[in-house]
Amino acid sequence: MTDTTTETWLILGATSSMARALARKLAKRGANLLLAGRDMSDLEATASDCRLRGAALAESLHFDARAPETFQPILERMRAMDGTLNAAVFVGSMPPQEEIDIAPEMLDGVVADSFTGPARLLHGLAPLLEARGSGTIVGVGSVAGDRGRVGNYVYGAAKAGFATYMSGLRNRLGRSGAHAITVKPGFVDTAMTWRLEGMFLVAPPEAVADSILKAVEKKRNVIYTPFFWRYIMMIIRAVPEPIFRKMSI
Amino acid sequence: MSWKQTEYTGWGRHLRAKGEIARPERTSAFIRVAEESPCPAIGQRRSYGDASLNSGGRAISTARLDRFLGFEPETGILEVESGCMLGDIVTHFGPRGWLPTVLPGTGFATVGGAIGMDVHGKNHHHKGSFGLHVRDVTLALPDGIHTIAPDDPLFAATIGGMGQTGPIASARIQLAPTKGALAMVTERRMPDLDSYFDALDASEATYTVGWIDATARGDALGRGILEEGETGAGLVPPARRGKRIPMDAPHFALSGPIVRSFNAAYYRRIPERGRTVVKALEDFFFPLDKIHDWNRLYGKRGFHQFQCVVPLDEREALRGMLERVSDSGLASPLAVLKRMGAAEGGMMSFPTEGYTLAIDFPAREEAPEMIRGLIDMTAEADGRVYLAKDAFASPEHMDAMYPERAAWAEIVNELDPEQNYATDLVRRLALRDL
Repeated sequence: MTDTTTETWLILGATSSMARALARKLAKRGANLLLAGRDMSDLEATASDCRLRGAALAESLHFDARAPETFQPILERMRAMDGTLNAAVFVGSMPPQEEIDIAPEMLDGVVADSFTGPARLLHGLAPLLEARGSGTIVGVGSVAGDRGRVGNYVYGAAKAGFATYMSGLRNRLGRSGAHAITVKPGFVDTAMTWRLEGMFLVAPPEAVADSILKAVEKKRNVIYTPFFWRYIMMIIRAVPEPIFRKMSI
Repeated sequence: MSWKQTEYTGWGRHLRAKGEIARPERTSAFIRVAEESPCPAIGQRRSYGDASLNSGGRAISTARLDRFLGFEPETGILEVESGCMLGDIVTHFGPRGWLPTVLPGTGFATVGGAIGMDVHGKNHHHKGSFGLHVRDVTLALPDGIHTIAPDDPLFAATIGGMGQTGPIASARIQLAPTKGALAMVTERRMPDLDSYFDALDASEATYTVGWIDATARGDALGRGILEEGETGAGLVPPARRGKRIPMDAPHFALSGPIVRSFNAAYYRRIPERGRTVVKALEDFFFPLDKIHDWNRLYGKRGFHQFQCVVPLDEREALRGMLERVSDSGLASPLAVLKRMGAAEGGMMSFPTEGYTLAIDFPAREEAPEMIRGLIDMTAEADGRVYLAKDAFASPEHMDAMYPERAAWAEIVNELDPEQNYATDLVRRLALRDL
């Protein structure tokens, strides 16, 4: 008999502000939290914070998207947890496109951080969810993945790959009662966007966390957050290529 | 670290600064930026004037460093990052029987700001100011982090030190046990200033504060409502928070006649015999936080707050100030009177024994002259103005108001000889001049 009252969330990239906002909201409802990332002392601070905000358990785990040897201990820790297993993926990197243009080898790192690293870990995690017949995987992509733009198409391509992976994972997990949600945030007020020019309608990380939790509850498939980005991206995707290639947005 | 060029203001929205702000999200990034680019730290910018402004320079925002780092249930000591807001501590620890020992009038103030301004609350007459309950402070200086306890000479320069001893990374603060997560508040009408002073002197409540009608004149001068509160256990609906002011109010919203009638109605809302009400803790401690951005009610020109404390034998000085304010027709509905206890703060802490009066003024043309007059009256009464609220004091008043200023300046100048941590406030009042 599977215990469905206990929920465990693995949060990949837990040092990001969106991830921290989600972790705090999950802590408040008493979840078990496994916070994974590279900056261990910062993860430990977030873990303490989550414990004091009500998490039944909050641990920090080392995860590096470019170091697959860090994946197995995380999967083992998840396997040892009771109840429903869930995961939320916030990893990704967005170096300035100009830097990638000078040093194209950076492309591999961006793809590993934003796509192949987390996908490989999720591939190890999926069987655990299938075996228990429950749980949700939340993959945070980006609206940048919806269409390649001159300003950040390497990052966009990696996020597009991740979105396609999430779509396939959803198709697969649905057969066993588990689920996968693709989240595409627009502009969010994080360290990544702090100094960028031309930001508008910037959402606080807490708003993204709220919409993720709502999507989990309602078993949504693909969400844009804030919601209006769905319509912005609908228009951007609809622009014919001959016109789009001359645009600089 | 990325720096964002921006224009920003204090809570009064009148004084402005242009400069670069970094907003680290991790402790390691905070420590690195404090080492590489020493500059003032700013929190939620709840100081009214220019205490959190650094025109033309840089500032480090602690807004994203707001985590609870540890709590000892045996002692009630909480370790927090400096950007943690006091209201967050009330919300999470109140129901578990603990509260910050001292709480100012807004829950949006951060722990770092509460230390830097050595804030006071409705229980100053019993518990002193915020700094008295700080066990240690961890500063992020160019040569790394330093944890200082009360026995360190730097500690008294840090408590109330307006950030001049460097950015605060975290602190350990003593929480006080509370009987429960609600407040029982007795509200009584005070018909005039003398009865108000007498009631403040006689009050034995844990928390005492008074609203004052700064538009009342003649026999009614100084009338108001005294609030005496105790915490208690029981059930009360959770505080409703987060309404927003969607736009700047037009300037006539707080014109003289409107404020006078509002204040009269606000006064009469309490029955003549008084009443006792039960409130959520947040509603009692932070009544205005219910409405986010309430400072927008003052319109786009912003507003000023004047706050002074005068010795107990200077009641007449406050009467003179209130006469001047009510004659001017400039006051807003927000005015507060309170008695403070003996002082045991830092070298530059504001709280000292006496009566404290705080009044908001919309930033109209006549406001600066009015407030300068009140500052002069404060100086004549051997009182002092609260620098977290100030925009108009002058350097000449500082040594009389803050007798330890020069000694403090020596300590902070030795720590920070290039004055990297100086803010617009520090420069305007020449606080670090020797």
